[in-house]
Order: sequence, then structure tokens, then C-alpha cells
Amino acid sequence: MARYFQPEIETASHEQIRAWQDERLVKQIRHVWDNVSYYRQKMEEKGVTPDDIHGVADLHKLPFLTKDDLREAYPYGLLGKPLGECVRIHSTSGTTGKRVVAFYTQNDIDLWDDCCARALVAAGADNEDVCHIAYGFGLFTGGAGLNGGSHKVGCLTIPMSSGNTDRQLQFMADLGSSILCCTPSYAAYLAEAIEEQGLKDQIHLKAGIFGAEAWSENMRRDIEEKLGIKAYDIYGLTEISGPGVAFECEAQSGMHINEDHFIAEIIDPETGEVLPEGSKGELVFTCVTKEAFPMIRYRTKDICVLTREKCPCGRTHVKMSKPMGRSDDMLIIRGVNVFPSQIETVLLQQGYSPNYQIIVDRINHTDTLEVLVEMNADMFSDSLAKISAAEKELILALKSMLGLSATVKLVAPKSITRSEGKAVRIIDKRKI
Amino acid sequence: MNIHQISVFLENRTGQLAEITRLLADNGIDLRAISIAETTDYGIVRLIVDDSAKASSILLQHGTILSMTPVWVAEVPDRPASLAELLETLAAKHVDVEYMYSLFTHKDGFAYMVLRIPDDTMLEDALKDTGLKLVGHEELGIQ
Ligand SMILES: [Zn+2]
Repeated sequence: MARYFQPEIETASHEQIRAWQDERLVKQIRHVWDNVSYYRQKMEEKGVTPDDIHGVADLHKLPFLTKDDLREAYPYGLLGKPLGECVRIHSTSGTTGKRVVAFYTQNDIDLWDDCCARALVAAGADNEDVCHIAYGFGLFTGGAGLNGGSHKVGCLTIPMSSGNTDRQLQFMADLGSSILCCTPSYAAYLAEAIEEQGLKDQIHLKAGIFGAEAWSENMRRDIEEKLGIKAYDIYGLTEISGPGVAFECEAQSGMHINEDHFIAEIIDPETGEVLPEGSKGELVFTCVTKEAFPMIRYRTKDICVLTREKCPCGRTHVKMSKPMGRSDDMLIIRGVNVFPSQIETVLLQQGYSPNYQIIVDRINHTDTLEVLVEMNADMFSDSLAKISAAEKELILALKSMLGLSATVKLVAPKSITRSEGKAVRIIDKRKI
Repeated sequence: MNIHQISVFLENRTGQLAEITRLLADNGIDLRAISIAETTDYGIVRLIVDDSAKASSILLQHGTILSMTPVWVAEVPDRPASLAELLETLAAKHVDVEYMYSLFTHKDGFAYMVLRIPDDTMLEDALKDTGLKLVGHEELGIQ
């Protein structure tokens, strides 16, 4: 079994990777200057021209792009190729305002598929595998990205899309699915369904690639144990291409960014200043090979850390940590920064299900935080005293993790809406 | 001689208890006792039924969270002060009762109390020579 999909690229020396980036960046900035008037105007406002860009060292001179720019430039303002050369769009669900639409040429799709194929091979896939893709297909990039990657690896690809759990399980059993690709919350849901229906002996998954939403190490262990697989994280965003911008290897200690296509920077989200390696900050990407939708210094709002420490898998591309929080998801409650992932960690440590919902409200000018937690068999007892003692312990643990008090409401199992795509974790009534 | 009690987790939502009792009724399960302990958010419904194995499997299939707990049933004379005497007797022997409730079933002159006794090692000894007795599955006609 091959260890890498593109060994000469994935294990290239740092100097080689840097040389590719330098050359491609110079070319890309020229392409954008000539073809993307929206970005050219931004460059002109900052007083920078393609002549100022000689390589990655000059990246910091360039202006940022944000989601606001994407909305403002909707639909064609950031297009880098004539529509005649574009073959597809994908689009992200925005909670407010216009959707973001990203364009792809055939070449863009080929390179994106390569990135997803690298992720699949890193998870142990080869042409003997049956790749079960339960990400949504459609405007969402999840299904299409892994589907393309799976074709490149030569897996038998099952384009299931999400939903219809019974059919998912039937195909898994009948067609021998070996690699599962979906959101981690759907993986957890499928794992429960397999357990409930007693299908564990008939399903022979070996690995899973789970992304598109935040998940904790505890949730990983839970899924790995229940499904009897190794669970790999994958990272991506529609603006940059989709899943496969970065992916986890067998070391499961951060995701290798496909640096031959994407240059990563970490910046201070307040000042925009580039931070040294190892600092925690906002992740910024520059696409150096994308033609139709060439994002330059796109601010992801994901907070993470980059590391160039040698990886035991042999890949040389920089690794990003799992995002520690998304500034979009980050809640500021009574002046304290709260990430939903912290709440999930506490719930699992205390023995509860990781399916929760956070309700933030403002009552009498004070923010309130309520956490809805599903009761499970392990935590249930015939004794009210025992249940409420465990509940008190949970409240204390939440307080020590978050640095503020929360109230807990125990609810019936499966009563929290579990969408089969992304889980609804936060209801912030302060915004309504 | 203890019997099985089924405890069920219920969210405090209108119709929840009706849903559970209807489910059991539709499956021919006969309720012998029911007791509810609640907080503002949730409750624990404790049930004694004629067929605890069947009832628990129906409830589990329904997606209900439950636990099975051994409880004791004491037969007490149906007259004033008999319950006080039972509890005094247990207290005198340091047998701690966590909760109790009555069974619908009774026979002439007697009532039945369901007792949850976390440490039941002293129970039978405590009731010896008191005229109070414990009854099991067979006498109650349940399994
Ligand atoms: Zn690695």
C-alpha cells in the first residue's frame, strides 16, 4: 500500500516547497493584478504592485481578503478567469447576508481532487477500498471534494450524501464500506445507530475522514471506539477550495497543509501582523495555483497554531493544529471568551453525551449561559440525589473550564436537534 | 425476595408521562405502582409492572433512558399507624429507606409498600418477629 498519493510533493524538502511557493506566488499576483479588478484596487489602495512581490517573503505587503469582501464582490467580482473557462461553483451557507460563491476551472478541480486524494491515502485508502461519502453533495464542498479524491485513489466510491441513516447502514453492510467520510457529528450519530441496530458485526469500516465542523479529541476517541476505526481530521473551506486544504496523517497530531497550493500564515487577529511560527492566531491562506477563484491572504477566522516540527509520517508540509475556535463561533459571555469545544470536552469528561446545545441570553442586562445536556444510560439512576449530585459536579467543572457560571438543563436523549449535516450547537438570543 | 423497579428519565414536558403509560398500556403491560420524583427540569418515574423484562425492552426500543433497581415490598396491616410502626421498626434497626410509595394491589386487610433500601443487608433481620413481612414476585403475581 502506498503511503503517499504524490510522494515527490508530499515529502519534498522545505527549500523545494519554498521554491515552488515563491515562483507560483509571483505568477499568481500577476494573474490577479491583470484579471481581478476588485483585488487590484485593494493593492493599489495599499500602494503595492506585482513588481513588489518577489516571493513568500513579500507576502505581508499584500492586502487581506475577508468574508465581507466576498460578499461585496458577489457574484463575479473576484473571478480570475472568464466564465467560459469555469466549470463549476460551490457555495457556503452564510448566516447573514449573501452567500459566498466560489468558482472552479477544470484545472482547479483536478488540483483539489489531488489534495483530497492525499488525505485519503494518508488515512490508509487504496484502490481496494470502498469509500463511503456521507458528506452532503450539492453546493457544499464536502461531498464533491472527497468524491473527486476517492476517484483519483481508485476507491469504489459510494456517493451517499447525508441523511437516510437506514440506507447508509444497509450500504455499509452490503457493499463493505471501509472508509467513511462525513461530519464528525454524523459519524457519532451513525455509530449510535449501528450500535442500536446491532449491526456492528456486519460493518467493517477501517478509517474515517471527518471534517467541516469542530470536534474534540474526546469525540475522536468516542467515534474510534464505537466504530472500531482510526478517525482522521480534514480541514478546508469553500473560499480556498473545500476539504483537503489540510489533512491529518497517521500521527494524528495536526493536519499537513498542502503547501504547494496554499501558503499559510498566522496573524494577530487584532492588528493583522504576521506572527512567528508556533504562535496562536488567525489562519490566513493564499492560493498560489487556483485560477478561477484566486484568494490572496484570505482570513479564515480560524484560530490555530502552525508547526514545522518533523512528522513521523515523512511528510514535510507544515502542520496546523485543529482550530481552537472560530472567531465566528467564539461567544463572548460576560466578557469571557467561550468556545463550544470547551463545553464538549467537559461533558465527555463528566460522562455525558457530546450532544449539547448552548443557549445564551441577556436577562436584566446580564448574559446568561444555559447548556442543554442529553441524559444517557450511564448517568441515569433511580435516585434524584445521585442525578443532581452529578449535575452539580458538571456545573462546577463547566465553571472551572470556562471561567464563568453556566446553568445546566438535563434533557431527554435525542431531543437536541441533530441535523445530519452540521449540528446546531449555539442559540444566541442576544442577537435576536 | 426483592422485586424489579423500572426507573425512567422524563423531561418536564407536557404529555411525556402520558406517552410512556400509553406505550405500556398498548403493549398489555399492567402497572402495579407508579411514583414520580421531579425537579423543575426533569423527573424520574418509578414503575412496578407485571412483566418488568418485557416493559423494559419496550421502553428501550422507544429510546427511553431507564435503569432497573431492586426494591422491597412490605405487607402492612390496613389500619391506622401501621406504616408508622413499619418505619419506626426499620429506623430502630438503622435500616435507611431512601424512598417509598404504595402498590395499587392489596388484599383484604393489608396494604403494600414499595421500599428502596440502599443497604438491605439488615432488612430481613429487622422485620423478624415484628409481624410485618416482605412479599415477592409470586405473591404479587408479577415477574
Ligand atoms: Zn504527518
